[in-house]
Amino acid sequence: MNFLSLFVAIPVLMMLVLLVSRSLNGIRAVMVTGATLLLGLAVMLVYMYIGERGAGNTAEMLFCADRLWFEPLNIHYAVGVDGISVVMLLLSAVIVFTGVFASWRLAVQQKEYFMWFCLLATGVFGFFISIDLFTMFLFYEVALIPMYLLIGVWGSGRKEYAAMKLTLMLMGGSAFLLVGILGIYFHSAPEGGSYTMNLLEIARVHIPMSAQRLFFPLTFLGFGVLGALFPFHTWSPDGHASAPTAVSMLHAGVLMKLGGYGCFRVAIYLMPEAAKELSWIFIVLTGISVVYGAYSAIVQKDLKYINAYSSVSHCGLVLFAILMLNRTAMTGAVLQMLSHGLMTALFFALIGMIYSRTHTRSIEEMGGLMKVMPFLSVCYVIAGLASLGLPGLSGFVAEMTVFVGAFEHADTFYRVMTVVAATSIVITAVYILRVVGRLLYGNVLNPAHLSLKDATWDERFAVVCLIIAVAGIGLAPGWIADLISGSVLPVVGHLG
Amino acid sequence: MNFSNLFFLKEEVSLIVVMVFLLLFDLFATGKIRRYFHLIACVALGGHLLYNLQPLAEAKAFGGMYVNSPVISLVKSVLEAGALIVFMQAGNWLAGEKASIKRGEFYVLMLSTLLGMFFMLSSGNFLLFFIGVETASVPMAALVAFDKYRQNAAEAGAKYILSAVFASGLMLYGVSLIYGTVGSLYFEDIPAGIVGNPIQLMAFVFFFVGMGFKISLVPFHLWTADVYEGAPTAVTSYLSVVSKGAAVFVLMMILYKVFAPIAEQWQSMLYLIILLTITVANLFALRQRNLKRFMAFSSVSQAGYLMLAVISGTAVGMASLVFYVLVYLCSNLGVFGVISVIEQRTGKVDMEDYNGLYQTNPRLSVLMMLSLFSLAGIPPFAGFFSKFFVFMSAAGTGFYVLVLLALINTIVSLYYYLLVVKAMFINKNDTPIAAFRSDNYTRVSLVMCLLGVLFLGIFSVVYEQFSLVAWGM
Repeated sequence: MNFLSLFVAIPVLMMLVLLVSRSLNGIRAVMVTGATLLLGLAVMLVYMYIGERGAGNTAEMLFCADRLWFEPLNIHYAVGVDGISVVMLLLSAVIVFTGVFASWRLAVQQKEYFMWFCLLATGVFGFFISIDLFTMFLFYEVALIPMYLLIGVWGSGRKEYAAMKLTLMLMGGSAFLLVGILGIYFHSAPEGGSYTMNLLEIARVHIPMSAQRLFFPLTFLGFGVLGALFPFHTWSPDGHASAPTAVSMLHAGVLMKLGGYGCFRVAIYLMPEAAKELSWIFIVLTGISVVYGAYSAIVQKDLKYINAYSSVSHCGLVLFAILMLNRTAMTGAVLQMLSHGLMTALFFALIGMIYSRTHTRSIEEMGGLMKVMPFLSVCYVIAGLASLGLPGLSGFVAEMTVFVGAFEHADTFYRVMTVVAATSIVITAVYILRVVGRLLYGNVLNPAHLSLKDATWDERFAVVCLIIAVAGIGLAPGWIADLISGSVLPVVGHLG
Repeated sequence: MNFSNLFFLKEEVSLIVVMVFLLLFDLFATGKIRRYFHLIACVALGGHLLYNLQPLAEAKAFGGMYVNSPVISLVKSVLEAGALIVFMQAGNWLAGEKASIKRGEFYVLMLSTLLGMFFMLSSGNFLLFFIGVETASVPMAALVAFDKYRQNAAEAGAKYILSAVFASGLMLYGVSLIYGTVGSLYFEDIPAGIVGNPIQLMAFVFFFVGMGFKISLVPFHLWTADVYEGAPTAVTSYLSVVSKGAAVFVLMMILYKVFAPIAEQWQSMLYLIILLTITVANLFALRQRNLKRFMAFSSVSQAGYLMLAVISGTAVGMASLVFYVLVYLCSNLGVFGVISVIEQRTGKVDMEDYNGLYQTNPRLSVLMMLSLFSLAGIPPFAGFFSKFFVFMSAAGTGFYVLVLLALINTIVSLYYYLLVVKAMFINKNDTPIAAFRSDNYTRVSLVMCLLGVLFLGIFSVVYEQFSLVAWGM
């Protein structure tokens, strides 16, 4: 078995072991062991990948494995990674790892919760290692359905409504996506021969322009729904606000990246001509996502809603950058995925910890938390600074690359859109500083909050891991940017 | 007459042997041995299934009246597996006071409908086909009204027989028009005479409407919900899976074989019917509170998805159809198994009654959930694969818009399937259905369904087997 398949096999094994484990400590042990293994595997993968590239291996995808699955339809189980998927796998592993610690003190039905959590992880990891459209779509859908029960059973607030809305909207996106995938499949052999679902093989053939015009928007839209493309982003604020902490982390941190990654890997890579022709529509839509998301965040009162709208804005920027179709902007897009993934996970973790103490998420009912919980508050400030793009933290690197790349276009339309999107930086500063000011500084509004305790060991551990990652990317972005931009090349080359 | 022809009817003849054996057992067995009646029936049917599992070769008997081919043989095995699971799930109900005395009738009637379906599948001539259809539907009506003293069972039986007879009449009229224009009833000879003139189109429409009633496609589905609700649950599950699967497959074969020259016409007609079926059934399913009625509309909409494979006209479509029937059988019987066992224990069939079921009966709830996910087409369960292949076959013939609309409909269906999941896992209930242990037959049957739901898709051999023997237009 190819070692990439371990990324899928470990979560599945974890589920099986959870099924038979009886005590809470047993469940925790399984989760920690499994998550550590996954994290170790991801780090090892990065190391091996860099080594392999250093040794001069120029293949587009490394560590490929291919197994014929449904022979009559030429469907394979095919895996392989390039720099982008390696980075995304690392991100997912970090967030799954910290997510386990963030759900340490879950009160009810821990076993079921962690089993669904593992299924979600299976889908996410499987998606990033797949290079066959069928396998990719399968894992994509595997990642969607656990959300329903995770939010519906363990969520808070309007959880049933939010769970249903999220599931149905994302499934709606996948309906468009499936038609796109089928369209690609049936045009993958224009000169005869058997149809294929393999990404690399399809990339070598030229899909007829008429088909590209039809299936590019469907595919992009399908993935775009998960990437919070305006006007299909409405599932995201409700879903994130109602989900339990670790699920919000994983969902905003990783699952939304499936959308951006899919747009990049499937829609643009396989249908480059249509991407060039039709990208303006989606640039306008993502531009709206970026600015509208940021403005919406300003007026929210619920901490999770603020962060959810901020995610809409930041994920919009990912799609926006991908659509710029040049190397710098696309590298920036992946950096932004990584940076936003870590940052938003950190935010949701902190919000979950604050909520579990104050039992409210409304910023009007809290204040002066810095005096009560200095550790959590300082971390919150760090997350906020990363989000508004302070140099030295990951957000700055990502946004800078994106906007520089976007401005490389000499065309007026692109420049105007870039300027519009860049205003979101200012708006972000407004809503972040507003929250920080109200929530953390000033007087303690509610006297009952004075007796609250600061973070416990498991919470500290999760948060510190994430902060190290955020700062690490901010301080030493070079090696990761190289990893990514090398792998962006084939796609850009394909665009001509 | 050449009796060696009977050897080609191995499957049917051996089924008749099983039937006669059970009939005689019912007549003569008394005392202790009678207690094992159910076990004997299940074992006999299972033995018959194993005996005929190996698909038969291409064969013709009685001058082309009867044909057999590997794919037909496989479909027969699939349907029989469904019948076996239904037998097992019926065990507890048949052991009850009212039904126990009539249990022999249940087995024999059930098997004679199965025999009818076998003849229907193997027919090479519209006459044998018609006999098969009638053999399948008349005993079915008796089964629907099995609890004849329950008012809505009698009503359901009457509704079923009336609509079945009406459908048969229409179908027969269509067949007679075909005979009038072509001069033959043999499937082999008819295509040469089909030129697509108005009389033949009319004949086709009549024939199709007749089949539409059997498959319960919209707008011929009106009998479905009442009959499903009134019939005993075992019969309902049999109707929704085995009857439907057989009828869809036969329709596909006749469309491919006999009506191939007017493929364009029937495809455009099917296009509308599929859209109507899926959409209307989904919209009606949204409002159902009684789970048997709910599953009735769900099965109407599933029939629409089955027809997506038919419309493609390709070998991929045929393989996908057989695979879909098999997967649908496992998932639907999984759901019906749970409904049936809960109805037996508590008499409750409403969705509200299922609130909080996970707290008291976690295993049944998980099984129900997985089966529902499979029906909705959620991976990694088998339903995802079968739906994917069906969509793929329709898209392969170029029906992208239809596929997109059908996919959007799957979201509606996901919504109502999730309502049941929500009731079991999320909704609170002060007086949930109490915990109970189900009987062994039900358990074994549910495990069989569960294995199918979990593994039929992931292990590709099953699909590959079907696609080896499938053929297209």
